[in-house]
Amino acid sequence: MLVEGIKSRPVYGGIAIDPFARRHIFALEGEGALALLDQKPALTATMLNRSEVLYVAAGPKGLDHDLALAALKPDRFWQGPTIETLLFRLRGSLSAATMSTRLYISGREGFIGQCMQVATDMGMDFSSIPTEHRGSLARRVQCVHCKGITDDVRTSPFKCSHCGLNLLVRDHYSRRLGAFQGVNVDAEEPGTAPQAEELFA
Amino acid sequence: MAIVFRQETFRDDFTYRNSPGNIRRFPFPFDRDEYMYSVNMEPHVRGQAGTVYESLIDVDEHYVAEMQDRALVLKEDPLRYQALPHMMAAQWDTLELLMEEQAAGYPEHFTLIRNGDRWRWINRPLGIDDTFTFGDRSTLPYDPFEYITRQAQGDFCIVDQRDGNLWMDAGMVTTQADWSLDFDIGMNFMEWHGPVPLAHQIGVFDRALKFLLNLQLGKPTRRFNWTMTINPRLDTSPENYHKWGPDRTTVTPDNVGEKVHLRVELQSLWRLPRSNAILFVIRCYLISMNELVTVPKWARRLHRVLKTLPPELVDYKGLTRYRDNTIAWLSKHDDGAPTSPGIFPD
Ligand code: HEM
Repeated sequence: MLVEGIKSRPVYGGIAIDPFARRHIFALEGEGALALLDQKPALTATMLNRSEVLYVAAGPKGLDHDLALAALKPDRFWQGPTIETLLFRLRGSLSAATMSTRLYISGREGFIGQCMQVATDMGMDFSSIPTEHRGSLARRVQCVHCKGITDDVRTSPFKCSHCGLNLLVRDHYSRRLGAFQGVNVDAEEPGTAPQAEELFA
Repeated sequence: MAIVFRQETFRDDFTYRNSPGNIRRFPFPFDRDEYMYSVNMEPHVRGQAGTVYESLIDVDEHYVAEMQDRALVLKEDPLRYQALPHMMAAQWDTLELLMEEQAAGYPEHFTLIRNGDRWRWINRPLGIDDTFTFGDRSTLPYDPFEYITRQAQGDFCIVDQRDGNLWMDAGMVTTQADWSLDFDIGMNFMEWHGPVPLAHQIGVFDRALKFLLNLQLGKPTRRFNWTMTINPRLDTSPENYHKWGPDRTTVTPDNVGEKVHLRVELQSLWRLPRSNAILFVIRCYLISMNELVTVPKWARRLHRVLKTLPPELVDYKGLTRYRDNTIAWLSKHDDGAPTSPGIFPD
Protein backbone atom coordinates (compact mmCIF):
# COMPACT_ATOMS: atom_id res chain seq x y z
CA MET A 1 0.00 0.00 0.00
CA LEU A 2 2.83 2.42 0.87
CA VAL A 3 6.07 2.88 -1.08
CA GLU A 4 8.50 0.09 -0.36
CA GLY A 5 12.07 0.32 0.77
CA ILE A 6 12.03 2.95 3.52
CA LYS A 7 14.10 1.16 6.12
CA SER A 8 13.12 3.35 9.04
CA ARG A 9 9.39 3.14 8.36
CA PRO A 10 7.49 0.54 10.40
CA VAL A 11 5.87 -2.40 8.64
CA TYR A 12 2.09 -2.21 8.96
CA GLY A 13 1.30 -5.90 8.93
CA GLY A 14 -2.47 -5.91 9.51
CA ILE A 15 -4.69 -6.15 12.60
CA ALA A 16 -6.06 -9.70 12.49
CA ILE A 17 -7.59 -10.25 15.91
CA ASP A 18 -5.54 -12.36 18.32
CA PRO A 19 -7.86 -15.14 19.61
CA PHE A 20 -5.71 -15.65 22.71
CA ALA A 21 -5.87 -12.10 24.06
CA ARG A 22 -8.13 -11.57 27.10
CA ARG A 23 -8.97 -8.04 26.07
CA HIS A 24 -8.80 -6.14 22.77
CA ILE A 25 -8.52 -2.38 22.35
CA PHE A 26 -9.02 -1.08 18.82
CA ALA A 27 -7.89 2.47 17.99
CA LEU A 28 -9.41 3.28 14.60
CA GLU A 29 -9.30 6.38 12.46
CA GLY A 30 -11.44 7.00 9.34
CA GLU A 31 -11.10 4.13 6.91
CA GLY A 32 -9.22 2.26 9.63
CA ALA A 33 -12.70 1.22 10.82
CA LEU A 34 -12.84 -1.06 7.80
CA ALA A 35 -9.81 -2.99 9.00
CA LEU A 36 -12.01 -4.24 11.83
CA LEU A 37 -15.32 -4.38 9.95
CA ASP A 38 -13.72 -6.52 7.21
CA GLN A 39 -13.05 -9.18 9.85
CA LYS A 40 -16.70 -9.40 10.85
CA PRO A 41 -17.25 -13.04 9.74
CA ALA A 42 -14.40 -14.18 12.01
CA LEU A 43 -15.39 -12.18 15.08
CA THR A 44 -17.03 -14.32 17.77
CA ALA A 45 -19.28 -13.05 20.52
CA THR A 46 -16.55 -13.81 23.07
CA MET A 47 -14.06 -11.68 21.20
CA LEU A 48 -16.49 -8.81 20.93
CA ASN A 49 -17.41 -9.06 24.61
CA ARG A 50 -13.75 -8.46 25.34
CA SER A 51 -13.36 -5.56 22.92
CA GLU A 52 -13.18 -1.83 23.35
CA VAL A 53 -13.46 0.14 20.10
CA LEU A 54 -12.25 3.76 19.91
CA TYR A 55 -13.07 5.56 16.69
CA VAL A 56 -12.52 8.98 15.18
CA ALA A 57 -14.02 9.88 11.80
CA ALA A 58 -11.61 11.23 9.17
CA GLY A 59 -11.21 11.55 5.43
CA PRO A 60 -13.91 11.42 2.73
CA LYS A 61 -14.35 7.65 2.95
CA GLY A 62 -13.90 7.36 6.69
CA LEU A 63 -16.68 9.52 8.09
CA ASP A 64 -19.64 7.32 8.83
CA HIS A 65 -18.45 4.00 10.19
CA ASP A 66 -19.73 4.67 13.70
CA LEU A 67 -23.03 2.88 13.19
CA ALA A 68 -21.41 -0.21 11.70
CA LEU A 69 -18.85 -0.35 14.50
CA ALA A 70 -21.50 0.08 17.18
CA ALA A 71 -23.54 -2.64 15.48
CA LEU A 72 -20.74 -5.11 16.19
CA LYS A 73 -21.80 -4.69 19.81
CA PRO A 74 -18.38 -4.62 21.37
CA ASP A 75 -18.16 -4.39 25.16
CA ARG A 76 -17.44 -0.67 24.71
CA PHE A 77 -17.78 1.60 21.75
CA TRP A 78 -16.58 5.19 21.92
CA GLN A 79 -16.42 7.82 19.23
CA GLY A 80 -14.37 10.97 19.65
CA PRO A 81 -14.46 14.25 17.76
CA THR A 82 -10.69 14.54 17.11
CA ILE A 83 -7.51 12.49 17.13
CA GLU A 84 -6.38 14.37 20.22
CA THR A 85 -9.42 13.31 22.21
CA LEU A 86 -8.99 9.74 21.06
CA LEU A 87 -5.38 9.74 22.21
CA PHE A 88 -6.48 11.01 25.61
CA ARG A 89 -9.08 8.29 25.88
CA LEU A 90 -6.59 5.67 24.70
CA ARG A 91 -4.16 6.68 27.42
CA GLY A 92 -6.88 6.14 29.99
CA SER A 93 -7.86 2.75 28.60
CA LEU A 94 -4.27 1.55 28.49
CA SER A 95 -3.49 2.68 32.00
CA ALA A 96 -6.31 0.48 33.26
CA ALA A 97 -5.33 -2.45 31.03
CA THR A 98 -3.88 -5.75 32.21
CA MET A 99 -1.03 -7.85 30.81
CA SER A 100 -3.09 -9.89 28.39
CA THR A 101 -4.62 -6.87 26.66
CA ARG A 102 -3.82 -6.39 22.99
CA LEU A 103 -3.89 -3.01 21.28
CA TYR A 104 -4.67 -2.76 17.54
CA ILE A 105 -4.25 0.45 15.56
CA SER A 106 -5.56 1.27 12.10
CA GLY A 107 -5.87 4.47 10.09
CA ARG A 108 -3.58 6.89 8.36
CA GLU A 109 0.10 6.71 9.10
CA GLY A 110 0.15 9.84 11.28
CA PHE A 111 -2.63 8.42 13.44
CA ILE A 112 -0.86 5.08 13.82
CA GLY A 113 2.32 6.91 14.80
CA GLN A 114 0.60 8.98 17.46
CA CYS A 115 -1.26 6.03 19.03
CA MET A 116 2.03 4.13 18.99
CA GLN A 117 3.66 6.97 20.91
CA VAL A 118 0.99 6.79 23.60
CA ALA A 119 1.41 3.02 23.86
CA THR A 120 5.20 2.98 23.96
CA ASP A 121 5.23 5.86 26.47
CA MET A 122 3.20 3.55 28.69
CA GLY A 123 5.81 0.84 28.38
CA MET A 124 4.30 -1.33 25.65
CA ASP A 125 6.71 -2.85 23.13
CA PHE A 126 5.99 -1.52 19.63
CA SER A 127 6.60 -4.93 18.08
CA SER A 128 3.68 -6.41 20.05
CA ILE A 129 1.16 -3.95 18.59
CA PRO A 130 -0.55 -4.91 15.30
CA THR A 131 -1.10 -1.99 12.94
CA GLU A 132 -2.80 -1.55 9.58
CA HIS A 133 -2.52 1.38 7.22
CA ARG A 134 -5.86 2.50 5.78
CA GLY A 135 -6.78 5.76 4.12
CA SER A 136 -4.69 8.41 2.44
CA LEU A 137 -0.92 8.41 2.12
CA ALA A 138 -0.70 11.81 3.83
CA ARG A 139 2.34 12.09 6.06
CA ARG A 140 2.95 13.58 9.46
CA VAL A 141 6.21 15.50 9.18
CA GLN A 142 8.61 17.02 11.65
CA CYS A 143 10.59 20.07 10.55
CA VAL A 144 14.19 19.22 11.41
CA HIS A 145 14.94 22.94 11.86
CA CYS A 146 12.25 24.21 14.25
CA LYS A 147 11.04 20.71 15.35
CA GLY A 148 7.41 21.66 14.69
CA ILE A 149 5.13 18.89 13.44
CA THR A 150 2.72 19.37 10.52
CA ASP A 151 -0.05 16.81 10.08
CA ASP A 152 -1.65 15.55 6.92
CA VAL A 153 1.08 16.65 4.50
CA ARG A 154 0.16 15.70 0.93
CA THR A 155 2.81 17.47 -1.09
CA SER A 156 6.55 17.77 -1.23
CA PRO A 157 7.85 20.35 -0.79
CA PHE A 158 5.42 22.02 1.61
CA LYS A 159 5.61 25.05 3.88
CA CYS A 160 6.35 24.26 7.52
CA SER A 161 3.25 25.30 9.47
CA HIS A 162 5.50 26.58 12.26
CA CYS A 163 8.61 28.31 10.86
CA GLY A 164 7.52 28.73 7.24
CA LEU A 165 10.58 27.12 5.60
CA ASN A 166 9.94 25.11 2.41
CA LEU A 167 10.43 21.50 3.41
CA LEU A 168 11.28 18.48 1.33
CA VAL A 169 9.65 15.37 2.85
CA ARG A 170 12.37 12.75 3.24
CA ASP A 171 11.81 8.99 3.28
CA HIS A 172 13.15 8.80 6.84
CA TYR A 173 10.74 8.02 9.67
CA SER A 174 11.11 8.29 13.44
CA ARG A 175 8.90 6.01 15.49
CA ARG A 176 9.69 8.02 18.60
CA LEU A 177 8.32 11.17 16.98
CA GLY A 178 5.72 9.36 14.87
CA ALA A 179 6.80 11.50 11.92
CA PHE A 180 8.80 11.75 8.72
CA GLN A 181 11.63 14.23 8.44
CA GLY A 182 11.23 17.55 6.64
CA VAL A 183 14.37 19.37 5.46
CA ASN A 184 14.58 22.85 3.94
CA VAL A 185 14.59 22.24 0.19
CA ASP A 186 16.08 25.56 -0.95
CA ALA A 187 18.56 26.05 1.88
CA GLU A 188 21.50 26.34 -0.49
CA GLU A 189 19.84 28.91 -2.76
CA PRO A 190 16.82 30.43 -1.04
CA GLY A 191 13.96 31.09 -3.43
CA THR A 192 14.68 28.13 -5.72
CA ALA A 193 12.22 25.65 -4.18
CA PRO A 194 10.60 23.45 -6.85
CA GLN A 195 6.83 23.36 -7.35
CA ALA A 196 4.96 21.34 -4.76
CA GLU A 197 4.01 17.91 -6.08
CA GLU A 198 1.14 15.90 -4.67
CA LEU A 199 3.04 12.76 -3.70
CA PHE A 200 1.03 11.57 -0.72
CA ALA A 201 -2.58 11.70 -1.84
CA MET B 1 55.54 16.08 24.41
CA ALA B 2 52.90 18.62 25.37
CA ILE B 3 50.48 19.58 22.63
CA VAL B 4 50.24 23.28 21.80
CA PHE B 5 46.52 23.93 21.55
CA ARG B 6 45.43 26.35 18.84
CA GLN B 7 43.02 29.20 19.36
CA GLU B 8 40.68 29.05 16.38
CA THR B 9 37.05 29.02 15.27
CA PHE B 10 34.83 26.67 13.29
CA ARG B 11 32.23 29.34 12.42
CA ASP B 12 31.94 33.00 11.44
CA ASP B 13 35.57 33.94 10.64
CA PHE B 14 36.72 30.28 10.35
CA THR B 15 40.27 30.62 11.64
CA TYR B 16 40.76 26.83 11.89
CA ARG B 17 44.04 25.65 10.29
CA ASN B 18 46.25 22.56 10.59
CA SER B 19 49.90 23.03 11.56
CA PRO B 20 52.40 21.32 9.20
CA GLY B 21 52.91 18.54 11.75
CA ASN B 22 49.17 17.99 12.03
CA ILE B 23 48.82 17.73 8.24
CA ARG B 24 51.31 14.85 8.21
CA ARG B 25 49.26 12.96 10.81
CA PHE B 26 45.92 13.61 9.05
CA PRO B 27 43.97 10.34 8.70
CA PHE B 28 43.68 10.22 4.92
CA PRO B 29 40.97 7.58 4.39
CA PHE B 30 41.66 6.21 0.90
CA ASP B 31 44.01 3.28 0.49
CA ARG B 32 43.45 3.17 -3.27
CA ASP B 33 42.41 5.48 -6.12
CA GLU B 34 38.67 4.73 -5.96
CA TYR B 35 35.99 4.49 -3.30
CA MET B 36 32.89 2.45 -2.65
CA TYR B 37 31.15 1.41 0.58
CA SER B 38 32.42 -1.80 2.17
CA VAL B 39 32.67 -3.40 5.59
CA ASN B 40 35.95 -1.59 6.13
CA MET B 41 36.63 -2.57 9.72
CA GLU B 42 39.95 -3.40 11.36
CA PRO B 43 41.13 -3.83 14.96
CA HIS B 44 41.56 -0.50 16.74
CA VAL B 45 45.12 -0.98 17.98
CA ARG B 46 47.83 1.54 18.74
CA GLY B 47 49.99 2.61 15.80
CA GLN B 48 53.11 4.61 15.16
CA ALA B 49 53.97 7.91 16.79
CA GLY B 50 53.10 10.79 14.50
CA THR B 51 49.84 9.17 13.35
CA VAL B 52 46.32 9.46 14.74
CA TYR B 53 46.71 5.87 15.93
CA GLU B 54 49.29 6.88 18.52
CA SER B 55 46.55 6.81 21.17
CA LEU B 56 43.23 5.02 20.91
CA ILE B 57 41.36 8.19 21.85
CA ASP B 58 43.19 10.82 19.87
CA VAL B 59 43.70 14.34 21.23
CA ASP B 60 45.27 16.94 18.96
CA GLU B 61 46.00 20.66 18.62
CA HIS B 62 42.31 21.42 17.97
CA TYR B 63 41.11 19.99 21.30
CA VAL B 64 40.39 23.21 23.18
CA ALA B 65 38.80 25.01 20.23
CA GLU B 66 36.58 22.00 19.46
CA MET B 67 35.37 21.84 23.04
CA GLN B 68 34.52 25.54 22.89
CA ASP B 69 32.59 25.01 19.67
CA ARG B 70 30.68 22.11 21.26
CA ALA B 71 29.72 24.31 24.20
CA LEU B 72 28.36 26.93 21.78
CA VAL B 73 26.28 24.35 19.91
CA LEU B 74 24.84 22.97 23.15
CA LYS B 75 23.97 26.43 24.37
CA GLU B 76 21.91 27.04 21.22
CA ASP B 77 20.41 23.55 21.01
CA PRO B 78 20.50 21.32 24.12
CA LEU B 79 18.87 18.47 22.15
CA ARG B 80 22.25 17.66 20.61
CA TYR B 81 22.88 15.73 23.79
CA GLN B 82 20.28 13.12 24.71
CA ALA B 83 20.25 9.89 26.66
CA LEU B 84 17.31 7.58 27.27
CA PRO B 85 16.77 6.71 30.95
CA HIS B 86 17.96 3.09 30.76
CA MET B 87 21.44 4.18 29.60
CA MET B 88 22.86 5.31 32.94
CA ALA B 89 25.18 2.31 33.39
CA ALA B 90 26.50 2.83 29.86
CA GLN B 91 27.04 6.51 30.63
CA TRP B 92 29.36 5.65 33.52
CA ASP B 93 31.11 3.04 31.37
CA THR B 94 31.78 5.76 28.80
CA LEU B 95 33.05 8.23 31.36
CA GLU B 96 35.49 5.65 32.66
CA LEU B 97 36.71 4.69 29.20
CA LEU B 98 37.30 8.24 27.99
CA MET B 99 39.00 9.33 31.22
CA GLU B 100 41.29 6.32 31.26
CA GLU B 101 42.24 6.54 27.60
CA GLN B 102 42.88 10.29 27.67
CA ALA B 103 44.91 10.02 30.88
CA ALA B 104 46.93 7.07 29.48
CA GLY B 105 47.62 8.79 26.16
CA TYR B 106 48.33 12.30 27.45
CA PRO B 107 49.51 12.21 31.09
CA GLU B 108 50.83 15.77 30.84
CA HIS B 109 47.30 17.01 30.05
CA PHE B 110 44.94 14.62 31.88
CA THR B 111 45.15 12.79 35.19
CA LEU B 112 42.70 10.35 36.74
CA ILE B 113 43.15 9.37 40.38
CA ARG B 114 40.87 6.58 41.58
CA ASN B 115 40.39 5.97 45.25
CA GLY B 116 37.64 3.37 45.50
CA ASP B 117 34.54 5.18 44.23
CA ARG B 118 36.05 8.59 44.86
CA TRP B 119 37.61 9.76 41.61
CA ARG B 120 39.58 12.91 40.92
CA TRP B 121 39.77 14.07 37.30
CA ILE B 122 42.21 16.75 36.23
CA ASN B 123 41.86 18.21 32.73
CA ARG B 124 44.60 20.84 32.43
CA PRO B 125 43.82 22.19 28.91
CA LEU B 126 40.26 23.06 30.01
CA GLY B 127 41.21 24.01 33.58
CA ILE B 128 39.06 21.34 35.25
CA ASP B 129 39.85 19.62 38.54
CA ASP B 130 36.80 17.73 39.85
CA THR B 131 36.34 15.11 42.53
CA PHE B 132 33.21 12.97 42.32
CA THR B 133 31.75 9.61 43.32
CA PHE B 134 31.72 7.12 40.46
CA GLY B 135 28.12 5.93 40.03
CA ASP B 136 26.55 8.90 41.81
CA ARG B 137 25.07 11.32 39.25
CA SER B 138 24.53 14.04 41.86
CA THR B 139 28.29 14.50 42.32
CA LEU B 140 28.80 15.76 38.73
CA PRO B 141 27.55 19.00 37.14
CA TYR B 142 26.06 17.07 34.16
CA ASP B 143 25.05 13.52 33.25
CA PRO B 144 28.29 11.49 33.24
CA PHE B 145 28.09 11.03 29.45
CA GLU B 146 27.52 14.74 28.83
CA TYR B 147 30.20 15.66 31.37
CA ILE B 148 32.94 13.63 29.70
CA THR B 149 31.93 14.28 26.09
CA ARG B 150 32.14 18.01 26.74
CA GLN B 151 35.81 17.12 27.29
CA ALA B 152 36.49 14.74 24.41
CA GLN B 153 36.89 15.44 20.69
CA GLY B 154 34.43 13.81 18.29
CA ASP B 155 30.78 12.90 18.39
CA PHE B 156 29.61 9.95 20.46
CA CYS B 157 26.70 7.53 20.33
CA ILE B 158 26.01 4.81 22.83
CA VAL B 159 24.10 1.93 21.29
CA ASP B 160 22.26 -0.56 23.46
CA GLN B 161 22.28 -4.21 22.41
CA ARG B 162 19.01 -6.18 22.66
CA ASP B 163 16.76 -8.38 20.50
CA GLY B 164 19.66 -9.11 18.14
CA ASN B 165 19.96 -5.46 17.16
CA LEU B 166 21.67 -2.23 18.20
CA TRP B 167 19.63 0.77 19.39
CA MET B 168 20.84 4.35 19.35
CA ASP B 169 19.78 5.25 22.87
CA ALA B 170 22.21 8.04 23.76
CA GLY B 171 24.35 10.55 21.92
CA MET B 172 26.43 13.71 22.01
CA VAL B 173 26.29 14.93 18.43
CA THR B 174 27.50 18.44 17.60
CA THR B 175 29.97 17.85 14.74
CA GLN B 176 27.90 15.64 12.47
CA ALA B 177 27.82 15.22 8.72
CA ASP B 178 24.17 16.09 8.26
CA TRP B 179 22.19 13.70 10.47
CA SER B 180 20.01 14.42 13.46
CA LEU B 181 20.38 12.72 16.84
CA ASP B 182 17.02 14.08 17.93
CA PHE B 183 15.40 12.39 14.95
CA ASP B 184 17.37 9.13 15.09
CA ILE B 185 17.46 8.48 18.84
CA GLY B 186 15.70 5.22 19.69
CA MET B 187 16.17 3.75 16.20
CA ASN B 188 17.88 0.45 15.45
CA PHE B 189 20.91 -0.15 13.22
CA MET B 190 18.96 -0.65 9.99
CA GLU B 191 16.57 2.21 10.70
CA TRP B 192 19.14 4.94 11.38
CA HIS B 193 21.10 3.78 8.31
CA GLY B 194 17.89 4.00 6.25
CA PRO B 195 18.89 7.01 4.13
CA VAL B 196 22.28 5.58 3.03
CA PRO B 197 22.20 4.60 -0.68
CA LEU B 198 23.53 1.31 -2.17
CA ALA B 199 25.02 -0.10 1.03
CA HIS B 200 21.84 -1.94 2.13
CA GLN B 201 21.55 -3.64 -1.26
CA ILE B 202 25.12 -4.94 -1.29
CA GLY B 203 24.78 -6.39 2.20
CA VAL B 204 27.18 -4.01 3.95
CA PHE B 205 24.83 -3.32 6.85
CA ASP B 206 23.84 -6.96 7.41
CA ARG B 207 27.46 -7.97 7.73
CA ALA B 208 28.47 -4.93 9.79
CA LEU B 209 25.65 -5.53 12.28
CA LYS B 210 26.54 -9.19 12.68
CA PHE B 211 30.14 -8.25 13.33
CA LEU B 212 29.22 -5.61 15.91
CA LEU B 213 26.84 -7.87 17.83
CA ASN B 214 29.87 -10.04 18.55
CA LEU B 215 32.24 -7.21 19.46
CA GLN B 216 34.41 -8.26 22.40
CA LEU B 217 35.41 -6.29 25.48
CA GLY B 218 38.97 -5.01 25.14
CA LYS B 219 39.01 -5.48 21.36
CA PRO B 220 37.76 -2.22 19.88
CA THR B 221 37.36 -1.95 16.14
CA ARG B 222 37.59 1.03 13.76
CA ARG B 223 36.64 2.26 10.31
CA PHE B 224 36.75 5.42 8.23
CA ASN B 225 33.92 7.42 6.82
CA TRP B 226 34.31 10.67 4.89
CA THR B 227 32.57 13.53 3.17
CA MET B 228 33.44 17.10 2.19
CA THR B 229 32.53 20.39 3.87
CA ILE B 230 32.73 23.99 2.70
CA ASN B 231 34.68 26.04 5.24
CA PRO B 232 36.08 24.30 8.31
CA ARG B 233 32.68 24.03 9.96
CA LEU B 234 32.12 21.36 12.58
CA ASP B 235 28.38 21.83 13.05
CA THR B 236 26.96 20.69 9.72
CA SER B 237 23.76 19.44 11.31
CA PRO B 238 20.46 19.16 9.44
CA GLU B 239 19.02 21.40 12.18
CA ASN B 240 21.22 24.24 10.87
CA TYR B 241 21.28 23.27 7.19
CA HIS B 242 19.52 26.50 6.21
CA LYS B 243 22.45 28.35 7.80
CA TRP B 244 25.39 26.42 6.31
CA GLY B 245 23.79 25.18 3.06
CA PRO B 246 24.44 28.47 1.21
CA ASP B 247 28.21 27.96 1.74
CA ARG B 248 28.04 25.30 -0.98
CA THR B 249 27.29 27.95 -3.58
CA THR B 250 30.37 30.01 -2.70
CA VAL B 251 32.99 27.72 -4.26
CA THR B 252 34.72 29.18 -7.34
CA PRO B 253 37.71 27.87 -9.32
CA ASP B 254 39.90 30.34 -7.42
CA ASN B 255 38.92 29.57 -3.84
CA VAL B 256 38.74 25.75 -3.83
CA GLY B 257 42.06 25.60 -1.97
CA GLU B 258 40.82 27.42 1.11
CA LYS B 259 37.06 26.71 0.97
CA VAL B 260 36.79 23.01 0.25
CA HIS B 261 37.67 20.63 3.05
CA LEU B 262 37.95 16.88 3.21
CA ARG B 263 36.09 15.74 6.31
CA VAL B 264 37.20 12.39 7.68
CA GLU B 265 35.58 10.46 10.48
CA LEU B 266 37.76 7.98 12.29
CA GLN B 267 35.07 5.84 13.89
CA SER B 268 35.89 3.47 16.71
CA LEU B 269 33.59 1.01 18.42
CA TRP B 270 34.08 -0.20 21.98
CA ARG B 271 32.19 -2.84 23.95
CA LEU B 272 31.38 -1.41 27.39
CA PRO B 273 31.95 -3.58 30.46
CA ARG B 274 28.97 -3.07 32.82
CA SER B 275 26.16 -2.25 30.40
CA ASN B 276 27.21 -4.48 27.47
CA ALA B 277 26.38 -1.47 25.25
CA ILE B 278 28.72 -0.24 22.50
CA LEU B 279 30.34 3.17 22.43
CA PHE B 280 30.58 4.57 18.89
CA VAL B 281 33.15 7.33 18.62
CA ILE B 282 33.00 9.54 15.52
CA ARG B 283 36.23 11.54 15.59
CA CYS B 284 36.08 14.22 12.90
CA TYR B 285 39.14 15.65 11.11
CA LEU B 286 39.08 18.55 8.66
CA ILE B 287 41.74 19.48 6.10
CA SER B 288 41.58 22.18 3.42
CA MET B 289 42.53 21.36 -0.16
CA ASN B 290 45.53 23.73 0.16
CA GLU B 291 46.76 21.73 3.12
CA LEU B 292 45.97 18.37 1.58
CA VAL B 293 47.98 18.93 -1.61
CA THR B 294 51.14 19.46 0.44
CA VAL B 295 51.16 15.63 0.41
CA PRO B 296 51.46 14.80 -3.33
CA LYS B 297 50.15 11.26 -2.97
CA TRP B 298 46.95 12.47 -1.32
CA ALA B 299 46.40 15.14 -3.98
CA ARG B 300 46.64 12.61 -6.80
CA ARG B 301 44.47 10.09 -5.05
CA LEU B 302 41.68 12.39 -3.92
CA HIS B 303 41.47 13.74 -7.48
CA ARG B 304 40.95 10.22 -8.80
CA VAL B 305 38.50 9.21 -6.05
CA LEU B 306 36.30 12.25 -6.71
CA LYS B 307 36.37 11.69 -10.47
CA THR B 308 35.17 8.10 -10.23
CA LEU B 309 32.81 8.40 -7.24
CA PRO B 310 29.43 6.67 -7.90
CA PRO B 311 26.73 9.29 -8.59
CA GLU B 312 24.57 8.04 -5.70
CA LEU B 313 27.41 8.84 -3.29
CA VAL B 314 28.02 12.26 -4.86
CA ASP B 315 24.38 13.08 -4.27
CA TYR B 316 24.12 11.59 -0.76
CA LYS B 317 27.28 13.36 0.42
CA GLY B 318 26.02 16.67 -0.98
CA LEU B 319 29.03 17.27 -3.28
CA THR B 320 27.07 18.05 -6.46
CA ARG B 321 27.47 21.84 -6.55
CA TYR B 322 31.23 22.04 -6.06
CA ARG B 323 32.58 18.67 -7.20
CA ASP B 324 33.50 19.81 -10.72
CA ASN B 325 35.40 22.86 -9.48
CA THR B 326 37.21 20.73 -6.95
CA ILE B 327 38.18 18.07 -9.49
CA ALA B 328 39.46 20.74 -11.90
CA TRP B 329 41.49 22.35 -9.13
CA LEU B 330 42.94 19.02 -7.95
CA SER B 331 43.77 17.95 -11.51
CA LYS B 332 46.63 20.48 -11.45
CA HIS B 333 48.13 18.40 -8.66
CA ASP B 334 47.75 15.05 -10.40
CA ASP B 335 50.48 14.20 -12.93
CA GLY B 336 49.08 10.73 -13.50
CA ALA B 337 51.90 8.99 -11.63
CA PRO B 338 50.98 5.76 -9.83
CA THR B 339 50.17 6.05 -6.11
CA SER B 340 51.61 3.76 -3.47
CA PRO B 341 49.31 1.37 -1.57
CA GLY B 342 48.03 2.37 1.88
CA ILE B 343 46.94 5.65 3.39
CA PHE B 344 50.18 7.15 4.68
CA PRO B 345 52.27 9.85 2.91
CA ASP B 346 55.28 8.54 0.93
C1 HEM C 1 26.85 1.28 15.91
C2 HEM C 1 27.50 2.22 15.38
C3 HEM C 1 27.07 3.10 14.23
C4 HEM C 1 26.30 4.22 14.29
C5 HEM C 1 25.68 4.83 15.54
C6 HEM C 1 26.18 4.72 12.93
C7 HEM C 1 25.45 5.84 12.58
C8 HEM C 1 25.34 6.35 11.29
C9 HEM C 1 24.54 7.49 10.93
C10 HEM C 1 23.67 8.29 11.89
C11 HEM C 1 24.69 7.70 9.61
C12 HEM C 1 24.02 8.81 8.78
C13 HEM C 1 22.78 8.28 8.10
C14 HEM C 1 21.91 9.39 7.51
O1 HEM C 1 22.15 9.80 6.37
O2 HEM C 1 20.98 9.86 8.18
C15 HEM C 1 25.60 6.69 9.12
C16 HEM C 1 26.04 6.58 7.83
C17 HEM C 1 26.78 5.50 7.36
N1 HEM C 1 27.20 4.40 8.10
FE1 HEM C 1 26.99 4.14 10.07
N2 HEM C 1 26.87 3.90 12.09
C18 HEM C 1 27.42 2.89 12.84
C19 HEM C 1 28.18 1.86 12.39
C20 HEM C 1 28.48 1.65 11.06
C21 HEM C 1 29.27 0.54 10.59
C22 HEM C 1 29.90 -0.53 11.46
C23 HEM C 1 29.34 0.66 9.25
C24 HEM C 1 30.10 -0.32 8.38
C25 HEM C 1 29.95 -0.59 7.17
C26 HEM C 1 28.60 1.86 8.87
C27 HEM C 1 28.44 2.36 7.60
C28 HEM C 1 27.87 3.57 7.25
C29 HEM C 1 27.90 4.15 5.91
C30 HEM C 1 28.56 3.53 4.68
C31 HEM C 1 27.24 5.36 5.98
C32 HEM C 1 27.07 6.40 4.86
C33 HEM C 1 28.15 7.42 5.06
C34 HEM C 1 28.44 8.41 3.94
O3 HEM C 1 28.49 8.06 2.77
O4 HEM C 1 28.69 9.60 4.28
N3 HEM C 1 28.09 2.42 10.00
N4 HEM C 1 25.97 5.87 10.17
